Amino acid sequence: MTTGTFEDPPRAARTPGDDLVVAGVSKRFGGVPALLDVSLTVRAGTVHALIGENGAGKSTLGKIISGVLTPDEGSVSLGGEELALRSPRDALAKGIVTIAQELAIVPGLTVAENVYLGAEAQHVGFVRRREARRRFRELAERVGFRLSPDWLAGQLTTADQQKVEIMRALSRDASIVIMDEPTAALAEHETSALHAIIRSLARQGKSVILVSHFLSEVLALADEITTLRDGRVIRSVAATDATEETLIEGMLGRSLGAAFPEKTPPPADAEVVLSVEGLVAPGVRDCSLEVRRGEIVGIAGLVGAGRSELARAIFRDTRVQRGSVRLAGRDLGGRGPHHSIERGLALIPESRKEMGLLVGRSVKENVSLSRLDLVSRLGWVSGTRERRAVASLLQRTTVKVTSLRQTVSMLSGGNQQKILFARAVMCGPRVLLADEPTRGVDVGSKRAIYDLIVEMAREGMGVVVISSELEEVLGLAHRVLVMRQGRIVAELEGAAMNQQAVLAAAFSETSDNEHQGV
Amino acid sequence: MSATDQLEAPPGGVGRGDSGGPMTRLLKSWRLAGIFIPFVILFVVLSIASAPFLHTANLINILDQQASYLDIAAAGTLVLVAGGIDLSVGATYGLTTVIAGELALHGQPVLAIVLAVAAGLLVGLVNGLIVTVLRINPLIATLATSFVIAGAALKVTSGNLVVLSATSSFFRFANAQFLTIPSAVWMSAAFVAVLALLLARTTFGRHVVAAGGNAEAARLAGVRVNLIRVVTFVISGGAAGLGGAIDTSRLLSAQAGSGGSQLAFTVLAGIVVGGTSIAGGEGSVVRTAIGVLFIALIGNGFNLLGVDPLYQQIVLGLLLIAAVALDVWARRRRR
Ligand SMILES: Nc1ncnc2c1ncn2[C@@H]1O[C@H](COP(=O)(O)OP(=O)(O)OP(=O)(O)O)[C@@H](O)[C@H]1O
Ligand SMILES: [Mg+2]
Repeated sequence: MTTGTFEDPPRAARTPGDDLVVAGVSKRFGGVPALLDVSLTVRAGTVHALIGENGAGKSTLGKIISGVLTPDEGSVSLGGEELALRSPRDALAKGIVTIAQELAIVPGLTVAENVYLGAEAQHVGFVRRREARRRFRELAERVGFRLSPDWLAGQLTTADQQKVEIMRALSRDASIVIMDEPTAALAEHETSALHAIIRSLARQGKSVILVSHFLSEVLALADEITTLRDGRVIRSVAATDATEETLIEGMLGRSLGAAFPEKTPPPADAEVVLSVEGLVAPGVRDCSLEVRRGEIVGIAGLVGAGRSELARAIFRDTRVQRGSVRLAGRDLGGRGPHHSIERGLALIPESRKEMGLLVGRSVKENVSLSRLDLVSRLGWVSGTRERRAVASLLQRTTVKVTSLRQTVSMLSGGNQQKILFARAVMCGPRVLLADEPTRGVDVGSKRAIYDLIVEMAREGMGVVVISSELEEVLGLAHRVLVMRQGRIVAELEGAAMNQQAVLAAAFSETSDNEHQGV
Repeated sequence: MSATDQLEAPPGGVGRGDSGGPMTRLLKSWRLAGIFIPFVILFVVLSIASAPFLHTANLINILDQQASYLDIAAAGTLVLVAGGIDLSVGATYGLTTVIAGELALHGQPVLAIVLAVAAGLLVGLVNGLIVTVLRINPLIATLATSFVIAGAALKVTSGNLVVLSATSSFFRFANAQFLTIPSAVWMSAAFVAVLALLLARTTFGRHVVAAGGNAEAARLAGVRVNLIRVVTFVISGGAAGLGGAIDTSRLLSAQAGSGGSQLAFTVLAGIVVGGTSIAGGEGSVVRTAIGVLFIALIGNGFNLLGVDPLYQQIVLGLLLIAAVALDVWARRRRR
């Protein structure tokens, strides 16, 4: 079955013609407005996109529509009836489901259990395993994802966890589906599968509210696009009347120019700062690479090709079975991340919530964690020095916070990502390993991060950029390595460094790979 | 403020608002007040209800009795914040009292104190290594070691009570008066202050918080999570040893069975009532000290007012539930 024939589950509550109307909604967090007098209409059977900078209020609006938050002022109504939602469960009962930006997976449960979480009650208290599995298989086939129902969700990659979330939302009979950056972690072919699903949902008379930073995606999918800036609606326009330029203009209040800064490749005789030889580690098979001073090396490949595993092995976070890593000519040794950081290696990990942030702690503590030695004497942290250092880093990385003591969980997703970047910059590394450095970051801030990477490279840092966004890899890197099944299968430079060549290298023999995986 | 505005803002711009939003500030002060306000209320009520309560002798006596508990609870706070738990402190305390007692009995007052603390540190080290190297859940690990330690303590004294005389110089260790306050109180106050600063103001403290808040993230950020955890257990063991030495000198007797699970649980109760989260990642030594004293005040008040001690336990239990409920509520608010 193809994704094009995505059919309604039999029990679907079909109520076409019900428009969702958001009227005059305001929401403040501790006096700071996140939304101000927001009004918009999501017509049934359409895809309505929400765009805006990090912290513009997109997720907050999504949470209000789905009952996670209650508005301070204004109302949300469906088909003329006002919804006074108190909880996500209320919203579910009204046919509103959400795929949240910050994944909510139960790591100790299997994929199938996660998908049907909260919906198993129909089985009179007992979870009917076989029944659940059959339903799961049907769903997986309709959706076009390859996932085994029995895997533990906690052991999946971020992308696969995202798929679990999507399947969970689609397993409910929803008339309104809110997707908050659903494709941020997906690979290209998975993204197109999801796009097909979104289109078919709309065709069935359901509404999709799509939050995304990918403007091409927004333009291709949406019927109507609403732009938010600083919590206000700038405008709602039909997608046919918009271009990337006008959207960026609306989001930022200015135009952006080129998406990527100009490349300045290092001189040919620049010294090698990172050299990896014959590295063998979990998920990494015999990888060798070199990075020179001032060079930006991109690593492309499908999700699961071993890119993150390679980064973590170089960083000595995972046990290396064979091979060597040399930093500025000296063997790095395998004493773990703290030692790697001391020697001048920094890693921005792929999953900010699990591997990056102390979500319950302040912005300040999160940024300075790796280099407290810079702002302390004899182990005593100097408050003033720390504040000064963190404040200037936040500016360089364009993080938007109301206070340095603000808890990280209160920041928008993109700003959380930038906190990790600020931490890595504070490390002052010789070599930066950036794994999906701009996941969930808005276009304007992306450019700011690119500028920062390029600037640091120009000052002599070596950079390894791993990204599922091919454009990002090609736009930034001086040289691209393509990985497949734990190996580096191609090295592309100059004219050979283009989309076709990368995809050809990344995809060859993948059918083989997929049989192994499932 | 948009990202571009902020780029142009002066360097001090972001730091200015460092005091936190009104909401966070309120929540923070509320959490600190959480134990402080009931403490003050209880103090006032007892002052009114019982004349002897406010006597200096009674107040000093409370502090003197709580000296070892304050030490052990302050250290236990670090363990909890780092994501562990130490149930073996009661047994360690018992072991170190008999070590101190036996040595003092044989005319070795200095050695008594040194070896008691050293034994505590050693137990802490073993606990820490079991938890980090063998990767055994700290609750189980320290539960298990507490049996071993209790057995060893019985072996030292063959189960007998050690009784010391007030003429020995060892007596002065905890009972020397300075400004009418006994040295036991001074020592525990100093110990609590040092640990409070250690947790709140040093890089070590930040690493403790990080290790308990998100171990994986902390490790990738360069925190030596296992080392930090071991150190917190070592501090906790050392505190139990110090507490054991203090109480042996204070009470002039030592018994293998003193301390035990009663002490471990009372200390844990003080920490939790003080608002330190059992889930790790946050907590405060000062609040723990107030928590311990709060529980002590309840006991003292019940004694002075002649209420059946039975009710004391019930009140303590209800209090614990209230404290944990408050913690859960505060966490929910923050999300
Ligand atoms: N629970 C909260 N407490 C306090 N402030 C919050 C909370 N949730 C969001 N905010 C603030 O509200 C504003 C809007 O956040 P929101 O998450 O809606 O942004 P967003 O548009 O989804 O951004 P992104 O593109 O980065 O995901 C931000 O300034 C954020 O810091
Ligand atoms: Mg968001």
